Amino acid sequence: MKTILYIIQKEFKQIFRNKGMLPIIFVLPLLQLIILSNAATFEVQHIKFGYIDGDHSATSRALVEKFDASSYFEVWTDFPSEVQASAAMLRGEVDVVLNIPPYFERDLQKDKHQSLGVTINAIDGAAAGVENVYVTQIIQGFNQGLRVDLQQITDQQVQAMAIETIPLFWYNETLNYKTFMVPGILVLLVTMITLFLSGMNIVREKEIGTLEQINVTPIKKRQFIIGKLFPFWVIGMGLLTIGLIIAKLIFDVPILGSLPLMYLYTSIYILVVLGIGLFISNFTDTQQQAMFIAWFFTVIFILMSGLFTPIESMPKWAQVLTEFNPIKYFVEVMRMVMLKGSGFMDILPQLSKTLLYALIMNGLAVWSYRKTS
Amino acid sequence: MKREKVIQVADLTKRFGDFAAVDAISFDVYRGEIFGFLGANGAGKTTAMKMLIGISNPTSGQAQVAGFDVFTHAEDIKKNIGYMSQKFALYDDLTVRENIRFFGGIYGLSRGRIKEKSDALIEELGLQGAAHKLVGALPLGWKQKLSFSVALIHDPKIVFLDEPTGGVDPITRRQFWEMIYKAAHQGTTVFVTTHYMDEAEYCDRVSIMVNGKIEALDSPKLLKEQFQAANMNDVFLKLARG
Repeated sequence: MKTILYIIQKEFKQIFRNKGMLPIIFVLPLLQLIILSNAATFEVQHIKFGYIDGDHSATSRALVEKFDASSYFEVWTDFPSEVQASAAMLRGEVDVVLNIPPYFERDLQKDKHQSLGVTINAIDGAAAGVENVYVTQIIQGFNQGLRVDLQQITDQQVQAMAIETIPLFWYNETLNYKTFMVPGILVLLVTMITLFLSGMNIVREKEIGTLEQINVTPIKKRQFIIGKLFPFWVIGMGLLTIGLIIAKLIFDVPILGSLPLMYLYTSIYILVVLGIGLFISNFTDTQQQAMFIAWFFTVIFILMSGLFTPIESMPKWAQVLTEFNPIKYFVEVMRMVMLKGSGFMDILPQLSKTLLYALIMNGLAVWSYRKTS
Repeated sequence: MKREKVIQVADLTKRFGDFAAVDAISFDVYRGEIFGFLGANGAGKTTAMKMLIGISNPTSGQAQVAGFDVFTHAEDIKKNIGYMSQKFALYDDLTVRENIRFFGGIYGLSRGRIKEKSDALIEELGLQGAAHKLVGALPLGWKQKLSFSVALIHDPKIVFLDEPTGGVDPITRRQFWEMIYKAAHQGTTVFVTTHYMDEAEYCDRVSIMVNGKIEALDSPKLLKEQFQAANMNDVFLKLARG
């Protein structure tokens, strides 16, 4: 026990003495949290909107005004012809082009139906889908208003024509994107910092030759590993704390669930990450190698965590792979506890899988650490 | 009276694939001796030493260090030996005092003993003014003397020095050897590898390794007689060139 304390003391001294590392550990992640949470959004806004008005009637102008009034669209320009509209889309000046055919108003009144052409730049398929929904919503809204108008003129009897749905958005009533993203990005920061620091730390001692000196001492493997990893565990918990404070103060993210539960889960989760970091450092000889391997796993873990893309929409095999992704569990738990107020029994599946993961990874790490080559 | 053997090696071998880096070497080292372990670069000195200090598993053969078997009791050996590697292996970002405290601590010295040792050691090395400086800021010669002292902090039976004087000036080398003599005089066995043949003359006995084998082993005086050489340098050249 005393031996472990000597190692912990040494590690903390080295961490806090390294003026280059301190900002990397504490300042950069928080900057990332603030910047990414504000910037990384899937809300489709500021859509560049163009139209071709072949009709020049009161109805066509009213339709364009509907788009102008929407906060999603920025009405860019009207095009005299389809050729110009296509050219503008090719140059990236517009994302959505609405084509109002000639005699739109007249045919609508006469035939009671009309077709509109909508062209959408679909290089980003997800965004195009969302844009299509917006366009459809606006035209439907316009259509209903129009119907009422037409019916008043032609038909005194107003009929209930449409079934209206009234959605309730649970757990994030205002559909605030930040509420969704902040817990997830906090997860990333805690993971990345603890993984990189632990992964590089022991390799660094290999590189400078001090590890050999340590291996010649009677120190026990578990003493060395606990002493080495404990400081990073503390740093991870510290990052979580600062992150939660920022989430509350700056982003006003609701924290419905219990804080001790979040800390309990995170304390086990960080053990998984540290075990992975140590495992990596046992199989690498330089910090550079350790860095590359850590990056490789981080990128896969992040992209397959459900943080940016829902796991349910991944192919089956990919969904199976995500079972081995610790970040996935952390993201789920953070969102559940913070936004839904989930309790211990709700997160028990994630908690027990993470605990098992921690045992396996640290077992492997201790096993693969060799004092003798 | 027969002197106590603190290192006993018989047919010790280390193979990397087909290549025998250390090829069936046998020798004994006695208590309080300064044992010079010589050889050209790549002769296998460091590999042999790593097996003796328990950080490299031998392929075959037998070896006992401080009364413990290297195959089965490597961790017991580690309690009884000190080691100073070719590469400077103290922490550059810790101060002189912090380094001493750390290594004292992991060798299980008590707090009071560490304090005592630190003061004595700093005094002896004349580092009073630099005790709170980072080790990285010290000149190489001081670093080497400090790592030797740290290797002795737990009063080991045997201290292993791997080219301890590489790259330091002649005055520091001389001081370093005075420290070695002092340790040997106090009963510590010193096992030292070196490239400097004048240093070989300071050893009680010297072994010379060529291509993984020990080709000669005796006191410097007898080796010079045996090879009819004026100094150890000539002995070494005759052996190394075959």
